[in-house]
Formats: sequence, C-alpha cells, structure tokens
Amino acid sequence: MKYHDVIIVGGGLAGLRAAIEVNMHNLRAAVLSKVYPIRSHSIAAQGGINAPLGNHPRGSYDSWERHAFDTVKGSDYLADQDAVVRMIKDASARIFEMEHWGCPFSRTPDGKIAQRPFGGAGFPRTCFAADKTGHMLLHTLFEQAVKYESAAERGEMKIYNEWIVTSLVVENGVCRGVIALELATGKLEAFKADAVIFATGGAGRLYSNSTNALINTGMGMAVPYWAGVPLKDMEFVQFHPTTLYGSNILMTEGARGEGGYLTNNKGDRFTANYADSRKAMEVAPRDIVARNMTTEILEGRGFEDAYLLLDLRHLGEEKIATRLPGIRDICQKFLGIDPVDQPIPVQPGQHYTMGGIDCDKDGLSKVKGFYAAGEAACVSVHGGNRLGGNSLLDTIVFGKIAGEHASDYVVGKADLGAGDKALEDALAREEEKLKKLLSSTGSEDPSVIKEEMQKAMKDDVGIFRTKEQLGRALQRIRELRDRYKKIRLKHTGAKYNYDLMWNIELGGSLDVAEVIVAGALAREESRGSHFRRDFPKRDDEKFLKHTLAYYTPDGPRLEQSNVNLDHWAPKERKY
Amino acid sequence: MADITFKVFRFDPGTDSAPRFDTFVAPLFKKGLTVLEALFYIQEKLDGSLAFRASCREGVCGSCAMHINGKYRLACETQVSELGSDGVIVQPLGHLKVLRDLVVDMEPFFAKYKYIKPYLMPGSPSPEREWPQTVGEHAKVMPSIDCILCACCHASCTVTATDPDYLGPAALLWADRFARDSRDNSLDERLRLVDQLHGIWRCHTIFSCQEVCPKDLDPTGCIADLKRKAMKRKLFGH
Repeated sequence: MKYHDVIIVGGGLAGLRAAIEVNMHNLRAAVLSKVYPIRSHSIAAQGGINAPLGNHPRGSYDSWERHAFDTVKGSDYLADQDAVVRMIKDASARIFEMEHWGCPFSRTPDGKIAQRPFGGAGFPRTCFAADKTGHMLLHTLFEQAVKYESAAERGEMKIYNEWIVTSLVVENGVCRGVIALELATGKLEAFKADAVIFATGGAGRLYSNSTNALINTGMGMAVPYWAGVPLKDMEFVQFHPTTLYGSNILMTEGARGEGGYLTNNKGDRFTANYADSRKAMEVAPRDIVARNMTTEILEGRGFEDAYLLLDLRHLGEEKIATRLPGIRDICQKFLGIDPVDQPIPVQPGQHYTMGGIDCDKDGLSKVKGFYAAGEAACVSVHGGNRLGGNSLLDTIVFGKIAGEHASDYVVGKADLGAGDKALEDALAREEEKLKKLLSSTGSEDPSVIKEEMQKAMKDDVGIFRTKEQLGRALQRIRELRDRYKKIRLKHTGAKYNYDLMWNIELGGSLDVAEVIVAGALAREESRGSHFRRDFPKRDDEKFLKHTLAYYTPDGPRLEQSNVNLDHWAPKERKY
Repeated sequence: MADITFKVFRFDPGTDSAPRFDTFVAPLFKKGLTVLEALFYIQEKLDGSLAFRASCREGVCGSCAMHINGKYRLACETQVSELGSDGVIVQPLGHLKVLRDLVVDMEPFFAKYKYIKPYLMPGSPSPEREWPQTVGEHAKVMPSIDCILCACCHASCTVTATDPDYLGPAALLWADRFARDSRDNSLDERLRLVDQLHGIWRCHTIFSCQEVCPKDLDPTGCIADLKRKAMKRKLFGH
C-alpha cells in the first residue's frame, strides 16, 4: 500500500495546479494520471482564459463585477453566484501567477498580456497565447511540477504516469484513498491518502462527435459516483459551434473573436437572422450559436446537410499566422485546406461537460477529504452554459482552492493515515472484479457497445431534445449497460493491456451517460445548453435548481438542490 | 473500399525472444483515415493485444509519435492516403527501450528534459502584474514554445543513437527557449548545464530533428544558438 498525504487524480491544469498548491503547503502530494500529464486534454484548449485585466483598449472599464455578471447571465442563472464571484475575484492573480511562472502569453503593443473578444463577454477579456493557450498553460504548470519534484525545500511531489483509478475508497463518510491499476504491469494497488482531489476532466467521449481527447471517457466522474458522491447538472452538455467537419477537431471561438464569419449555403451571415444572435452575431454565447447553426443545417441551408462555413479569409494571412496558427495547421493537415484561401467547413460538436462531481466553492464534496476541481467538478460556476475562456480559468482557480483546502484539512485531521482495513477490502474487491472481467466468456464485443452508446448520445441527447428522443436514449443506454455485463475482452495479458483499460472505462462511460439522459429527461424546461423542443421556455419556478444524481444499482436517483443567487436576480437572458 | 496492409512492429520483451512484424488488413473505411484510426481499428476489431499510446487525436498532445513508412511522425495527423502506398509499416520510436509493441520507455527522454531546468528562472521577485515583454521579445521564444515533447526528434537523431547520455534535440530546444526568454535571468546556469561533453557540442548539425519535427520547429538552430551564446561567454564573458 502506498501512502501520500494528498492524492490528485488527473494531471491536466486543475490537477497540476492542485498538486503544486499541496506541495507549497509542505505536504506529500502524488498525481495519478492515466497519461503523462502533458498529454492531458487541457493541452488542446485553444482560444484563451478570461480575466478582467483591462489590457485591451476597449476593456479599460472591465471589472470583476462585469465579468461575474456575464458569467452568471451566460449560465442562464444556474451558476452559483457566490462561487462565480470567488472565481472572478481570483482570476487576475492566477493569470499573473501563470505569467510569472513563464507562460508565454501573446502581448499587446505596450508589452502587456494580450486580450481578445469572446462570446458572451461585455469586453475583450480573453487572455491568450496565440491559439494554443491550453498548451502554453499546461506546459507552464508541468514545468513548475518538474521544478518542485526535485526541490528539497518543499514537500515530496510524485507523479505516477499511466495509472488508472478504478475506485474511490470512502469509510463512514470519510475519504481514505483510491485503488488504481498500473498500465505497465496490470496490477492493482491501494493508495492511502488523507485527502483525494479528482481533476479528471470531462466526459466528451460519450459522444461520437466530440472535440475531446480520446481519454475523456467520463471514468473520473463514474468512480466517485459509484462511491456515493452525487453528480450534478450532468444534463448540461456544451456543444461548441465550430468543430471541423468530419473529425470534430475544435476550431477556436477565437477565430470568431478575431472577426471570422459564419456563413450558410446562400453565403449569408445567418447569425443576423436570429433574435438571440442578431446583435453579437458570431460571438453570441456558444449555446445560442450552436442552436442557430443546427437550425440552419436542419432547414436545408447547410452544405451536404451537415456543415456550414467559418470564413477567415478577410482577416488576411498575417493575422491568421500570428493569432490563429494552430487552427491553420490543423486545417492544412487534416483537410488539406488553408483558411487564408478557403473557408473552413464546421459543424457543432460536443465540447464541454458543465456538470460534474458535486462540490462546493472550496472544491469539497459531501465526503470528508474528497475534493474535485476543473471540468470533472461542478461547483457550479458554469451553470447551464459555460462562456468560452472560463474553463481554463476554472481549472487554475479551483485547482488552487481545492489544493489549499485539502491541505488545511489534512493538517487539522485527527486520524492521519487511518483506513488500512477499508483500503485492503476495497483492493480485494477490485481484484475480484478485474479477475472476473479478464476471465469473462461473454459474447458481447465492447467496441460495438461503445459505438452504439456514442451514436445514441449524438442522435438523441444533442442540441435539441424531446421526451421521445430522451426516452429512447435512456432505454438504449440501459440495454447497453446490461450488454456490457456480458463483454468479452480480446486480450487478457497484464502489461500495457489497452483493451482492458479502454473497456474498464467503458463501464464508467455508460453509467455517466445514463445520468446525463436521466437528468435531461427530468428537466422539463429549456435553459442554457439544455434545449427541450417540448418545453422551449425556462421554468425558474420548478427548475432554478441543480440536479443531483446518486448512484443506485438500478440507475440514478435524482434530487434537486438550491442555486446560490446572492448577487443578481434571475432575468430573461437576452443578448 | 480499398484495403490497406499494415505491418506493425510487435514485441513483448518479457515473453518474446525477438521482435516481429504482424500483418493486418484494414479497409480504408473513411475519407481521411489516419494511421491512428487504423491502429484503433486493428486493436478493437482484429487484435486486442496491440499496444500504443494515444490521447488528443489532433496533433497537439504528443502521445502517438512513431515511425511510419520511413519517417518519425504523429500517427493521428498522418493520413493513410497521403502515404501514397497501400502498405503501411509502423514501428515504435527509436533510441528508446520498447516496453511493448509501439509503447516505448519515455523516462530517459523526460529525464533529459528535466535536467536542463525547464522552467523560468527570473532571478528577482515577481512584479504585481505581468512581467513587461514586448511583442518582439515574445517573438524570440517562438516557435520553440510549440514543442509537444513527442520525441520524434530524439528518435531521429543519429547522436542519441551513439551517445545515450547526449541531452538530445528536445531538451536542448527547451534550454534555448528559456535562454531566449526576456523574463529569464539565468543564462550562466543554463549554459553550465548544456556546455558539456554530452550537451550542445555533441550535435553534429545533421538536421534530422528539424526534418521530422511535426511542429516544424528547428532544434538544430536552437542548439546552434546555444553554441553561439556559450562561445560568446567564453570569449567575451557576456
């Protein structure tokens, strides 16, 4: 059994920021990551990170109040306002800290961090490093982790590369650690910890049309869910308006922030034809643009009934080369087109999981010593719809906060190092489960189950939803869950068994998918990204509430919880 | 639907006496099919024992670097049709120990990266806001900051083949990236780490690294830059 003071699961931005914070508190931190941390999905974030720095000439009147209000309004009032205020008040400090640690942000002519306009924001407040902001931030945090991995003046910092956490161990409402599988050996190991922070990212790969990395299977949400921690607001799934046709690789909102047009097969900038995007046009919030694009395609104004065009040609080669080099590169490599000469074929695609592990504004869940941060968590600061540029902010602000609170909790904890028995029992249970999976002689092919799940989610739990579709999807997912019990692995070896890894995770994906569908079915209103054709209006009386989903063997048990409305009264969301 | 023949390097050092190539036939089942998608097809439909790393599938995370039809590249951004052949040969990264199939031991690669102190060392307390940096100063760290640590350069380098202690193109590129940063103030320390037997002088300027870099970076040029800086230090003391 391994023992660290605080274990962080996930090595993306939130996880590394939390680990650095724990390390700063002179505690022994360990990061368990199923990939090398710099392979985490944070690396793929493009457009930028929001803070009211006021560095842009048109941003000098920006303030934390305005940024917080835009976030709350963008969330369709489902975000917890106290949490949003906390995030925004910390925003500038966190970004300056990243800059001090070496993050190569793009610059204004007077040498400050450059900012660009983004959807749903009153001012240009999205700080960026070309269109590779996630890459630059993640490398910066990885560099800091490397620095302190070997620094004697701080607590121990250890990174476990390529370990998959399969179980969270909770004993009488107190977190005791995790059970994890080492990919290199195929062995399970118990990790004792006085606090555990999950920063495992989103669940995009429940859908076939996602921008997410292949590793974003939702397993990191399933593990605490199985241990009794509720998932919150999972029905809120963000569809990004502009993903590359075919592969659904992200084409940053920054492309529109820099002035790109969206056009239909008549050559019209159609966003002008919809009441909710008439004013902001292409830089209206994501839920609105994605819906309007889908309507264009459904009404026959798309190309091949599948895509629209993102036109950057008028921006000119110099601007594209300096501000959007990454997406130019992707277009050239994946489609063989250069956006300098040709418009980019784009379609909306799954992009972000607003919901996640239920936690409060300290990152703490209902289980003592168990925290969550970043996309895996639902504080909630994004509510029904996240604004572009707020997710990177969420990761570093709440990564730090979770690390801080977990450290304080450990320092004050009376029964340090307790829980051996619970961990040993859990390890034995996991070993039994693994043995069963490896020796299963069932007839189901898991890759088929995965494909069917992804298709059901794409077809029936997408941008526009109805009771009929959701009912069908729920039935389908439940049927797939039953079939999953009878899968047969193609490979039963111990070392680097990727067949085993992907298919352990498939079990998590199916349960998280069920939570999304059940939540969407129960929420009989339209709010943010969740649009019900059969209930097209927002219903604050019944649904200005978070959805909490608790695991039961027969499917999720749903409850509601209150939304914090300390600062602004809900109003109709108009742009 | 045309069929493509994949010859894939297979090796489990624990059980196999020698590596071998397995042959798989996969249909060209979609337009723009990438080598990574084909490998997943093989893993999911033909042989679940095939081991390879993957994450972002869009050329930014650096997981799936491998040797494909004669060149080190990222499997995810290499389209089968672009290879101009109905046969695809896939091998693991070179100069790194094979752990299984296409999975190699990345530790020596990362150890070198860590050795050069890959983090900003400003040498003075941070200001309240950002460090001022002009657009021109910022441009000096570009494009090296795009490095994704995929190790294509390391695998292609003929010097890493003969000197296992050679710091290699990736680590040296990162040393240069920080040496170029106007906010960094530790050139002496950076040069001390690389101005040594297994450091910058080992580079024979063969340009293999630059040729294979999926991000079109120029590690050879970065190493030359460090050599110039080191010589200047020695001759003129600055």
